[in-house]
Amino acid sequence: MNAGATPSRIERFAVSPRRRRTDRLARGLVLAGTVIALVPLVLVIYYLLHEGLKAWSPHFFTTDPTGNTFFKNSDIGGIRSAMLGTIEMVALASAIAVPAGIGVAVWLVEYGKQHPFAQLVRFFVDVLTGVPSIVFGLFIYIVLIIGTGSTFAGYKGSLALSLLMLPVVTRSAEVILLLIPDALRESALALGAERWKVIFRIVLPTAFSGLVTGILLAVARAAGETAPLLFTAGATNGTSSNLGQFMNSLPVQIYNDVISPTQSVVNRAWGAALTLVVLILILNLVARVVSRRSRLA
Amino acid sequence: MTPDASPHTPAGASLSAAEASAENEMLQQGSHPEPSTSTSAGAPSSAPSVLKRGPQVRLRQLRAFYGAAEQVKGIDLEFPANQVTAIIGPSGCGKSTMVRCINRMHEEIPGARAEGGVLLDDLDLYDSSVDLIAVRRAIGMVFQKPNPFPTMSVFDNVAAGLRLTGVRRGALEQRVESALRGAGLWEEVCGRLSEPGIGLSGGQQQRLCIARSLAVEPEVLLMDEPCSALDPIATLKIEELIAELKERITIVIVTHNMQQAARVADRTAFMLAGELVEVGQTQEIFTTPTDPRTEEYVTGKFG
Repeated sequence: MNAGATPSRIERFAVSPRRRRTDRLARGLVLAGTVIALVPLVLVIYYLLHEGLKAWSPHFFTTDPTGNTFFKNSDIGGIRSAMLGTIEMVALASAIAVPAGIGVAVWLVEYGKQHPFAQLVRFFVDVLTGVPSIVFGLFIYIVLIIGTGSTFAGYKGSLALSLLMLPVVTRSAEVILLLIPDALRESALALGAERWKVIFRIVLPTAFSGLVTGILLAVARAAGETAPLLFTAGATNGTSSNLGQFMNSLPVQIYNDVISPTQSVVNRAWGAALTLVVLILILNLVARVVSRRSRLA
Repeated sequence: MTPDASPHTPAGASLSAAEASAENEMLQQGSHPEPSTSTSAGAPSSAPSVLKRGPQVRLRQLRAFYGAAEQVKGIDLEFPANQVTAIIGPSGCGKSTMVRCINRMHEEIPGARAEGGVLLDDLDLYDSSVDLIAVRRAIGMVFQKPNPFPTMSVFDNVAAGLRLTGVRRGALEQRVESALRGAGLWEEVCGRLSEPGIGLSGGQQQRLCIARSLAVEPEVLLMDEPCSALDPIATLKIEELIAELKERITIVIVTHNMQQAARVADRTAFMLAGELVEVGQTQEIFTTPTDPRTEEYVTGKFG
């Protein structure tokens, strides 16, 4: 070996200029991508706050839409009925979709596994996840409104929303349940526990915080949906907190208000949009606290 | 290698006074699920000298499959009561599969099934009338990796088996304490029973899992490489524990560590490619095996 021709140890261990350049370039690209992605996010939040806060007032949250939107200075009312409607309909939809979705996921993970029927169920759940939300509204419209010859009602909106939530809850819950190590199930089974007890006492509690995250995704999605409610729950002036009747909701209120020529009504749409975002934020925070507490329960 | 088997005299022959009283304590916990076939059913629990005897376990032409692949190929093997039997053999030879057939955990794996018989004394555990929940309550299992329930405290982990099997609240604290004492963990964790079980060290977690198994008072304990994830000191504690436990239960331990087999086991079985090559007194297996394959394995020529 010729000592003169080989590079010194310092040279051999030095980072090459080429690698240094590549590294800087790659880091720059990743940073640029992050900034580009943040721009619309920040803008959305900025405009939402900027426009929405204009509409917010105690009056805004405690009154219902009056329908008097033609004259400049008439009282257009607030969004109380829309808030109540969204909360009630989403609550009912969650009460239907969450147990059903988790039930399907438990069956798929704990019992169905790779059985052909389980694979079929998985396939349909995937298909349902991709179905446009208006199709669920249409389905309920045809079955429960045309089919029964009746009118719009809050609970019909809830049903449309629950159909929308079901595949989201199922898919996310299945993923979370698959993450629970088999060793936990085995050690519980080896203690002589029945399978249902293993599921209820070991698997579901261990998966709890993950399940909550998936449920929240579904709830947030349902709370923000307009299309399934347009021709199932409809919209109405005045208060309606009865799930058996026409019911307002924040997204439908926004949809109706934002196309109005009257500026104060458009402002109400912004206010309602901000309210919707804040409601979902509060829900997220509550769920996060709950799931953190429960981790050691 | 000259394994010292002298501490492992037949059950009950060399009990110290302390061990005997600990034994007595275990007996007084009441409601132990004795199968009707158990030979110890008539033993008067008041007599301090009488120990609860573990049952004998016998495999009769046991075969285990994963789908079409036969992993255990017709094994006849006896695990004598109140003795520690070690199963040794290279990876993939079917040791774990065979052991998992004893408490019918093998069939939990999709596509897996077992044929032949496993006799607990003279009860065939694979008989169609046998409830596999009852089988698993009578035959506890400790796994390779310590796996405390992550959502539960130390106390709840030990109580889990009892709660899952429907023991009423009253006796819980007492039984958790005696299970933890039985696993040699009480002194270390008595002040932190409400802390999460996964906060303990690896060795403590494994002893916690042993305590969890002991809490439901099994008659047989299956240990599937219980020390492979532990350091030598934690391993030593578990080996000492095994020596104590065999006074009242029958133990089967799968191990990759031949020194461990030599230290803890009364009898050792050597398996190869799903078949039982040889079984005998541990000392004989390690010093004067009859089969040349056993000799090659225990002297480290392969495996």
